[in-house]
Amino acid sequence: MGEWFIKELKTLGEILVFLVPAIPMTIKITLMAFAFALALGLFVGLSRVSPNKIFSIPSRIYVDVIRGIPLLVQIFFIYFGLGKILNLNQFVAGVAAVSICYSAYLGEIVRSGIQAIHKGQFEAAFSLGMTPVQTMRHVILPQAFPIVLPSVSNEFIATLKDSSLVSMIGLRELTRAGREYYSQYFVTFETWFVVGLIYLGMTFVLSRLASWMERRFRVHGWGMG
Amino acid sequence: MMCSLKYFLALVLVFLAFSGCAKGEVEMKDTFTRILETKTLRVGTDATYPLFETKDAGGNLVGFDIDLMNGLCEEMGVKAEFVVVPFDGIIPGLENEKYDAIISAMTITPKRGERVNFTQPYYLSGQSIAVREEEERIKGVEDLIGKKIGVQLATTGEMEAKKIEGAEVVSFDDILMAFTDLKNGNVDAVINDVPVSRKIISMKKGMKIVGPLLTNESYGIAVRKEDSKLLVAINKALESHKKKGKYEKLEEKWFGGGK
Repeated sequence: MGEWFIKELKTLGEILVFLVPAIPMTIKITLMAFAFALALGLFVGLSRVSPNKIFSIPSRIYVDVIRGIPLLVQIFFIYFGLGKILNLNQFVAGVAAVSICYSAYLGEIVRSGIQAIHKGQFEAAFSLGMTPVQTMRHVILPQAFPIVLPSVSNEFIATLKDSSLVSMIGLRELTRAGREYYSQYFVTFETWFVVGLIYLGMTFVLSRLASWMERRFRVHGWGMG
Repeated sequence: MMCSLKYFLALVLVFLAFSGCAKGEVEMKDTFTRILETKTLRVGTDATYPLFETKDAGGNLVGFDIDLMNGLCEEMGVKAEFVVVPFDGIIPGLENEKYDAIISAMTITPKRGERVNFTQPYYLSGQSIAVREEEERIKGVEDLIGKKIGVQLATTGEMEAKKIEGAEVVSFDDILMAFTDLKNGNVDAVINDVPVSRKIISMKKGMKIVGPLLTNESYGIAVRKEDSKLLVAINKALESHKKKGKYEKLEEKWFGGGK
């Protein structure tokens, strides 16, 4: 048992050393994709609740289409399908696919946050002479923010995990590096154990960060907080 | 925070416990006896490799390897049951007893030989360089220095590409992805088994093979290390298959004319 355990630890260490250089790529994909998805998602969410049909109808179609197609298929479509026309490299195609996919989910979260605000708040703002843009900017969104925060951090963690799908177009991030290692040395259990552990470590940090933000932005006397 | 850390460590311990379990399993039953009893030989293959193993329009497995394996199983008086798996997971799948043999245009290499046993070679091949038709600068392996090369994950093509100085190697799950990427202009060359590259180029057009072959390789059927009876049986079947002239007929069927 002792000897096996030491050998096993050594293998795990070797795998870790092999995988560590691939971690920055996973982080890069996640951060970039999530930043784009947030910006796009905010726009999609606002369009969804817009009384103007020019915004609300296309954004509804956008959400339905994007949400209805698996991310992996979107990645293949953007990289291989549009590859000939747009000539995107793996990184750009991967980040674009993840951004677009998550913007649809985030758009729905933004919408749910806005719709959770009581109608009286809109009416009060309007009666004070605020424009719709001012109402959103100064009254609705600041109140919606703490409501959507848990869902948004949930999507952030999901983005990190789903960045692994980009490995399928050959981009060398954490999961890809894992496949490279085990296809070379055939140690399946240990490889996926370490890969899983690294993801767990990263999502753990994100979860803590999310809890901290939720405490930080909690509105006293409001909701469950 | 302290509490969370403890929780995290507890999770790690649970994982380690599972790790111990996975090592503890021992399989004692003789594979060949079971194959004869059930009259089925389960064979792992990556059905994304034109000529050797692909699926036809109706979803049936077709290819040289498939016909050969069916023929060999007939010699042994059993039926072949194919299990389709990605190539980079094909040896682990054999070890985990998802199937009992591999036929997947697999080159016999010393490294793979450490994990599995190979039969006698059943096909001779080599690695070739494919480029876009209009490519003028790449004429052989020496022109690939510093270039972007597409390969399939865990193949001998990948091993050859990694030997090239300063080359950026992009590994795909199946070889058709690599050729698509070559055609799209994202990689400069694809290194892959010559008969398959030829076949793909004849289907997809717009690409060509340049320079001499990088390697001479032979394909073998793989079985688990401990299954020596099965290995002997397959080798015997291969021999009699060749003696009866069936092998030549297969070669003619799949590679005739175009070679």
